[in-house]
Amino acid sequence: MTAPSPKPANADILVVDDVVVRFDTPDGPVTAVDHVSFGVRPGEFLSVIGPSGCGKSTLFNVIGGLLGHTSGVVSVCGETINSPHQSIGMVFQEESTFPWRSVTDNVAFPLELIGMPKAQRIERARHFIALVGLDGFENRYPNELSGGMRQRVSLARTLASEPKILLMDEPFAALDEQTRLLLGDKVLQIQQQLKQTTLLITHNITEAVQMSDRILVMTYRPGKVKRIVDIDLPRPRTSEIVGSEAFGRYVAQIWADLREEASRGMRDEEEHALHQTGAAS
Amino acid sequence: MTMAGTTPRRRVSLGGALPALTGLGTLIAFFAIMEVLIRSGGLNRFIVPPPSEIIASFPRIIVEEQVLSRFVMTLTECLTAGVMLTIVGVSGGVLMQRFKLLQQACETWVAALASAPVVLCYPLFLVIFGRNAWTIIMMGFVSGLPPVILKTLEGISGTRKVLVNVGRSFNLTPTQQFWKILFPAALPTIFVGIRLGLIFALINVVGVEFLINFGGLGQLINELAERYDLSGTYAAICFVVLVSVLFFMVLEKAERWLTRAE
Repeated sequence: MTAPSPKPANADILVVDDVVVRFDTPDGPVTAVDHVSFGVRPGEFLSVIGPSGCGKSTLFNVIGGLLGHTSGVVSVCGETINSPHQSIGMVFQEESTFPWRSVTDNVAFPLELIGMPKAQRIERARHFIALVGLDGFENRYPNELSGGMRQRVSLARTLASEPKILLMDEPFAALDEQTRLLLGDKVLQIQQQLKQTTLLITHNITEAVQMSDRILVMTYRPGKVKRIVDIDLPRPRTSEIVGSEAFGRYVAQIWADLREEASRGMRDEEEHALHQTGAAS
Repeated sequence: MTMAGTTPRRRVSLGGALPALTGLGTLIAFFAIMEVLIRSGGLNRFIVPPPSEIIASFPRIIVEEQVLSRFVMTLTECLTAGVMLTIVGVSGGVLMQRFKLLQQACETWVAALASAPVVLCYPLFLVIFGRNAWTIIMMGFVSGLPPVILKTLEGISGTRKVLVNVGRSFNLTPTQQFWKILFPAALPTIFVGIRLGLIFALINVVGVEFLINFGGLGQLINELAERYDLSGTYAAICFVVLVSVLFFMVLEKAERWLTRAE
């Protein structure tokens, strides 16, 4: 285990430096992300884990440039970003394929935006479709695919834009456990193959340990960095690793950290519910 | 191999034809019951003529009343109104979605117009456009416009946020965001609006033709009713139904083609 890194290193491809996100609500300002700093190294797989309400998704939106931050700096390859950046590719938690486009057209979408000729972009799209294991489904439409397959289409579409950093927000949250483990294998395989720098936002400990080089544990509201854990498990990894003793130790360590935060979150929600019931009566 | 491949296909085609056959059977049964009721005196034949008489009057109204040219005229008026209300309605909905002030200012009025009996304004349209096809087309257009505007607005505003965020993550310009995400996502809802708009337009086109005694099938129905030619009146009404069927068949084809993946 390592202590939280106060400042990211110069070699980091993605730097989140002292970022604060505060929202104005009718009950006063709420700090969702509180002075969060970390860096992601080139080719690294970093997961951000925390209980519900710790600001994980807020952080995802800030890094992706979809949400502004109150203070601090987010930079990619030394370039400060305040809006969506071409170096960052995002995979969302919700199903995000375009239902009116076939699998090929979905994956070719970013290539179409840069004006790549049709024949070339179809060939390129087919490459990424094969990469996520959807060969044979090129002409299908999303409504003909399962939830896991649709998430793979979204992943292929993001990979087709060849981002320097792949940013994923609980992409398997809506899937069953078995599909989630198998898709985790697929993501790991792709990440190793492309040496893709990846930042995964998740609340699933198994998923985080299975895939990550490092795991950043966040506190419950306001979201701060509680600890950064190095995962020293051999690569290449598959879902078979979840049965190993070392894997279990990492899961237990992270759960010990998270349990306290998750309990705090639960207590907070209960108090909030009681307060609301009291106010209503 | 051949047998195995053929049997399920035959089952599918029979299964596919079953709803249509049931529909046709129901219609024939309805006409048969009407025929029996009218001929037995259960229904007054001076109010509703027997279906057999209506069918027998088809050749007469086709030859003597130029029903085909009137049919084409009504169809043309409906199509013109349909094209106009699609273009103006969709553009109106898009503008209202784009400019919140316009939406806040107009949405209630447009919704009110959707439920207003616009057909009562036909004297005003007669004064503005004269006793010609444009009065009829404009009446159809105005009456069919509100659902197209409202459904376009609903469709675009209701685009899933995650799809908009995908567009933003790919750095789309506002124009790209509209044409590549918002508009295709809204298309199924927009088609619901167009369908409703066309129903309103068709009702009003035939209604105004009837009221101002000008144009296609509405005028013919008026004339036949004035002459108390009941079987001819009902036969002409059948042609109005045919216009409606043709209209919606074309629309359904277009909708299927445009939203084939939904």
